[in-house]
Amino acid sequence: MRKLALAMSALAGLSLAATAAYADIKVGFVTSLSGAGASIGIPYSEGIKAAYEFQSEVGGEKIQLIQLDDGSDPSAATRAARKLVEEEGVDLLIGTATAPSTIAMIAVANELKVPMIAVSPINVAPAEGGERWGIAVPQTPQLMVKVIADHMKKEGVKSVGFIGYSDAWGDFVYNGAKDAEAEGGPKVTTNERYARTDTSVTGQVLKVIATQPDAFINGGSGTQGALPLLELRKRGFTGDFYGTPSLLNADFIRVGGKAAEGVEVSAGPVIVTDQLPDGHFAKEIGLKFHEAYKKVNGKDVADGFSGYSFDGWLIFLNAAETALEKAEPGTPEFRMALNDAIFSTKELAGVHAVYNFTPESSYGVDERSLVIVKLVDGKWVYQPESN
Amino acid sequence: MTPDIAAILALDGIATGAIYVLMALGFVLIFAVTRVVFVPFGDIAAFTALTLAALELGRLPGTVGLVIGLAVLATLMELYSILRAGSYERIPRALLFYLVLPVAIAGLVWITSGTLWPMPFRIALALLLILPVAPLLDRIVYRPIADASVLLLLTVSVALHFALVGLGLLFFGPDGARTESLTDAMFMLGNIPISGQTILIVVAAAIFCGLLYLFFDFTLLGKALHATALNRTGARLMGIRPERSGTIAYLAGSVLAGVSGILIAPVNTIFYDSGFLLGLKAFVGAIIGGLISFPVTAIGSIFVGLLESFASFQSSAFKEVIVFSVLIPVLLWRSYTFQHTEEDMDE
Repeated sequence: MRKLALAMSALAGLSLAATAAYADIKVGFVTSLSGAGASIGIPYSEGIKAAYEFQSEVGGEKIQLIQLDDGSDPSAATRAARKLVEEEGVDLLIGTATAPSTIAMIAVANELKVPMIAVSPINVAPAEGGERWGIAVPQTPQLMVKVIADHMKKEGVKSVGFIGYSDAWGDFVYNGAKDAEAEGGPKVTTNERYARTDTSVTGQVLKVIATQPDAFINGGSGTQGALPLLELRKRGFTGDFYGTPSLLNADFIRVGGKAAEGVEVSAGPVIVTDQLPDGHFAKEIGLKFHEAYKKVNGKDVADGFSGYSFDGWLIFLNAAETALEKAEPGTPEFRMALNDAIFSTKELAGVHAVYNFTPESSYGVDERSLVIVKLVDGKWVYQPESN
Repeated sequence: MTPDIAAILALDGIATGAIYVLMALGFVLIFAVTRVVFVPFGDIAAFTALTLAALELGRLPGTVGLVIGLAVLATLMELYSILRAGSYERIPRALLFYLVLPVAIAGLVWITSGTLWPMPFRIALALLLILPVAPLLDRIVYRPIADASVLLLLTVSVALHFALVGLGLLFFGPDGARTESLTDAMFMLGNIPISGQTILIVVAAAIFCGLLYLFFDFTLLGKALHATALNRTGARLMGIRPERSGTIAYLAGSVLAGVSGILIAPVNTIFYDSGFLLGLKAFVGAIIGGLISFPVTAIGSIFVGLLESFASFQSSAFKEVIVFSVLIPVLLWRSYTFQHTEEDMDE
């Protein structure tokens, strides 16, 4: 934490020292370095550091990156975004770790007419005039569930039990599985819920086992997502386990142990970059990302979140090249041109997905953004899709 | 629901309830003696779990920094009040209890960290380290306002809880932790499997209930605590110092919080902010006991555990709603049957 604060002040100092050079492109990055969202906010910050290491200038112009902490608080995110635009005069906003804070930042972007790249999966609201000032990098939760549900169907799973969080995430996974069922996917036999702090899911598990499903889909996340798996195996359930990228976490493997072995989840390709076949869109750029990440953070990539920051940066670099031909950085014209360029991104390969943005939608990823990975001997192993 | 399922759910509920019993007893103990609803109780349990997890990974637990920080703060406050009172002869004693002992424990953990000790030693170390937290918080936060109204003390408690959650993030980081299970033993009762962990939890709860009973009924210290709980002024007239009783209550509370933290650590992942909800459910149990009766509190907490277990089978999405809704009839019943004491009238 202290190192991060140092880096932040160093970055801020850098920006102060260079205020004279008006031609620099300024990017404001907001993330949650403290508060409840910090566990994903910190990887976001590590990802943007890797991105800045990867490329810190575009079209001959230097880029300044200013990072602020929102403390996982939407009102602090609003203030941070406002400060970045009004005081620092940034040309682009990138942020942040929690959905409510990201939505709050989008409102500022809409009002002040600054393009924004959201690194959390949110539905971006258009501004009053109907134009959009924001895009979201990550895969939609619906897509995450759809890909794994399609995979289950291919594997011949006829029925699937569900236990998930009693919150919005649990709803996303359940609804996703239900949508897949409507399209001929496996039948969802249960809708059981638990809270993140629960110490036991025995009741829910007994209910699932009573419906005798072929497989089980997990609507939890991280280490607490291991809880239903452990209990199901303990009570003698033998079906396969499926899940979403929210299970990808080093502690999940440790806690899940033998019970979690063999679980298959949909995941961004960045998780298994080195296992991807040559020629896969995410292979080359992914290796560069892993290299830059290791250089600045001193460790290997262990999550998908840092990849979203990196991809957001790629989208920005790509758009800035076009926008620089039209206007000077720091002007409203440049922001407008940057926004237009972001919304006309075509077939841009990132570490997670191939991005295509159109003015109609704030999401720009398709099914290529998710691969199936399987937990084998405590490691995530890429499963090539046999169509 | 078949009898088998009902039996499994009942066992599960009793195990969860047993953890709530430990925490609820702590609530009642501290409230009875000091009139403080110690909201951060769950946080201390969570900190114990995180401490144990850090020791297990051979890392230095964040609790060390927390304890040293609190000890220094408490010592400064104690010295200030001693100097103002002019009773210099109390200085060595204050230094021993507020600075030397907590820092010695923290130092012990500091020195031994890095080497991986056997499980029982790690548990003892985690318990020892968490022990000073509540008494130090008592000195820093509650002692200066000891005579304030229950409502003010409660408000301060809530604020303290938020402060502790923030400190928890600072000292333990945002990652959750889960420890190795204490035992992998499995027993069969008919055709219902019972895990060793469940038995351990229930046995631990029973032992601590027994110890509390012995402490209150058969030791002078326990009787002094009981007297303070019944009537502070009366106890004072009999030569019992309420401050000292308070410290002992917090120490005993710390032990209960620590033990419950160690028992839940292998069951689910604990985060720096996980304690609150656990504490809140235990608090429902404590409320059933009217924050005064130990046996009723224990029964109430087991009831909360059972209710949670069966609710999670019947309608898991509404489990928390069902558990917390129980508070309403309980509070109604309590307020109809409550005997107002003189002290309450004063407020």
